[in-house]
Amino acid sequence: MADDRLSTVPTEARKGHRRGSLSQYAVPIFFTVLCVASIIVSDLDINYLIGELLSRMGRNLFIVLSLLIPVTAGIGLNFGIVVGAMSGQIALIIITFMQLKGLGGFLAAMAISVPISTLLGYIVGSVFNRAKGREMITGMIMGFFANGVYQLLFLMLIGTLIPVNMNSPVAKQIMLSNGVGLRNTVDLTSIYYSLDNVFARLFNWNGIIWTDTFGPWRVPLGAFFMSFLLCLFIVFIMKTKKGQDFRAIGQDMAIAEVSGIKVDKVRITAVIYSTVLAAWGQLIFLQNLGSLNTFNAHEQVGMFSVAALLVGGASVKKASIWNAIVGVILFHTLFVVSPLAGQKLFGEPQIGEWFRQLISYSVIAAALAMHAIQSRKKH
Amino acid sequence: MSKTETGEACAPKPRFNLITAIKDLGVARLIILAFVVLLFVVAYAKGLGIQGLISDSIVRVGMNGVLILSMLPAVVCGVGMNFGLPLGILSGLLGGILTINMNLTGWTGFLTALLISVPIAVIVGLLYHMVLDKVRGEEMMVGTYLAYAAVFGMSIFWMLAPIKNPKLIFAVGGKGLRYTISMTDTFGKVLNNFLAFRIGSITVPTGLILFWLLLCLLVYLFLRSKTGLAMLATGSNPAYAVSSGINVGNMKRIGVVMSTVLGAVGIIVFAQSYGFMQLYTAPQTAAFPAIAAILIGGASLRKASISNVIIGAILFQTLLTVAPPVTQALMEGSEISEIARVMISNGMILYALTRATGGR
Repeated sequence: MADDRLSTVPTEARKGHRRGSLSQYAVPIFFTVLCVASIIVSDLDINYLIGELLSRMGRNLFIVLSLLIPVTAGIGLNFGIVVGAMSGQIALIIITFMQLKGLGGFLAAMAISVPISTLLGYIVGSVFNRAKGREMITGMIMGFFANGVYQLLFLMLIGTLIPVNMNSPVAKQIMLSNGVGLRNTVDLTSIYYSLDNVFARLFNWNGIIWTDTFGPWRVPLGAFFMSFLLCLFIVFIMKTKKGQDFRAIGQDMAIAEVSGIKVDKVRITAVIYSTVLAAWGQLIFLQNLGSLNTFNAHEQVGMFSVAALLVGGASVKKASIWNAIVGVILFHTLFVVSPLAGQKLFGEPQIGEWFRQLISYSVIAAALAMHAIQSRKKH
Repeated sequence: MSKTETGEACAPKPRFNLITAIKDLGVARLIILAFVVLLFVVAYAKGLGIQGLISDSIVRVGMNGVLILSMLPAVVCGVGMNFGLPLGILSGLLGGILTINMNLTGWTGFLTALLISVPIAVIVGLLYHMVLDKVRGEEMMVGTYLAYAAVFGMSIFWMLAPIKNPKLIFAVGGKGLRYTISMTDTFGKVLNNFLAFRIGSITVPTGLILFWLLLCLLVYLFLRSKTGLAMLATGSNPAYAVSSGINVGNMKRIGVVMSTVLGAVGIIVFAQSYGFMQLYTAPQTAAFPAIAAILIGGASLRKASISNVIIGAILFQTLLTVAPPVTQALMEGSEISEIARVMISNGMILYALTRATGGR
């Protein structure tokens, strides 16, 4: 059924697509050049860079991958993953209160985050359905709005509406001293690296030690393994009926509706997947960091992930696992290198930082513009 | 105001009806109005200086008014909310910086700042329109990120700009513009102090309010002119506009340029009232409160009028001025007013995004 539809895509549109894919390589190539130039300018120890990149890959790849399904379903870049990240953080705060530790604690956080992020994903998806064609800006504003709700929850309601026993040692550690609201940072040493070095801890028997240190680099194997599983899952789901539906509505919502797909429902499902995965991605991110910046950790998640995916050559309509991988490598190389390059070139690390922001925002703007221009040509 | 409204006026008008009156005012506006009144009542009960709150509110309304007004031309010409407002703001800041660099003070300074920044804003607006014209349907998103990129591009410029005036650059290092530039000894408060008078302990910044209302009047008259009516038609019904021989692209260009210019003028008015010019990342999120204000005034993504601007500016800015001290008095050290601000402004934008109907 889907193949029939594919063959009816007018050749004009296909040509446009090919042209699009040509320009898709332009962005990664540009960034590769930029990264190499910055590395040369900043005179950086390459071992340090690779080590840094490996840990950043483990930290960020999962959440970038969580953007893929909505893109396939035609929703575009889901800026609403900020909401997912928030649900991950809510789960983390819950397990901190429950004093769960180690891998068990991490898995518990994953489990707890599922119902929260499913509910929030449902809400985000429903709002997106009411704002078709404007999902991205809606997602962005949604992130800002949810941030307000999140602050309300953890600055005002906790300790007042949600009772907290201030005598317990945990509460003393993470609550503000007046008993209302959380501190700005929540210590997560209890689950620090619980996933990253899971293999080193589990397979450490009979003298055969599985290590996660290779040469000068420490590799967060657990996080890589999770990201790998997610890749498999994405490949798998695209082959199922659900994946067909995603692709069908991504191609043309009206045709999909006519051919009996419940478009609104499928779109909500796609957003729920993305939100749950984003929650897990944020958990992976935070167990690597080891501390939770209670009120800011989620703010930039949407922007960074979207920028990384676009830098990897994705577009609003088309994104693959490879786009995500390449994008994370390039974006984070620039992240590490640009302040150093700014320091070397202008004696001012801030300038490098601003330059990186200038570039990443420009990439987002350019990608969105390209998408708009192409979709206008089609109509 | 627009064609559809005159159409409605032709229908037999019912006598005063509370329900329709409420509908006309809008539920959101009523709630916020009630909230503002409640805040004033609480402030009175808590013994806070009501008069002080009122004068602060008036200043805040006048200071943000032009920025809020800048949304109007963009909405009216059919581009939607101008999320690229920081582009206009940056032009205004550039004009202001150059003026201060020339050591101009008082009215000369203020007018020179306008004179320099308006042409810059016109050029920026023309370029901005060229982009928006190509990305129809994604104007808001592209505008947002274009503006973000421009803010950081200009941040680099502020740091490297070849300006040597000690009033402007960092005290140490000898280069780079300061993060906030004091305007007290240049043209700070020029408008605020013009014809200012006091009623009791309420200070009325006559010049500031007059300047804002004057600009509102000019925009209002413009929208009544032939070009303005053509612009309204472009926004409300592009197909109709084309068929009646209106150059739609041109109208949108005028709308976007006007919006950008008003943004530039707006930030100069804002800065002179605030007493400081804020550079670097400060303008990044400036569009959102302005958008929220005009939406609270009753505008939608496709329709707005001067009354939306005025009502929105008064309601939203009064709310923002009164809420922090009142909630502070109620709950020691609480951040509820900041949280409420975030939720109200973004909630309004979100609501408008889910409601804007009509094709693109």
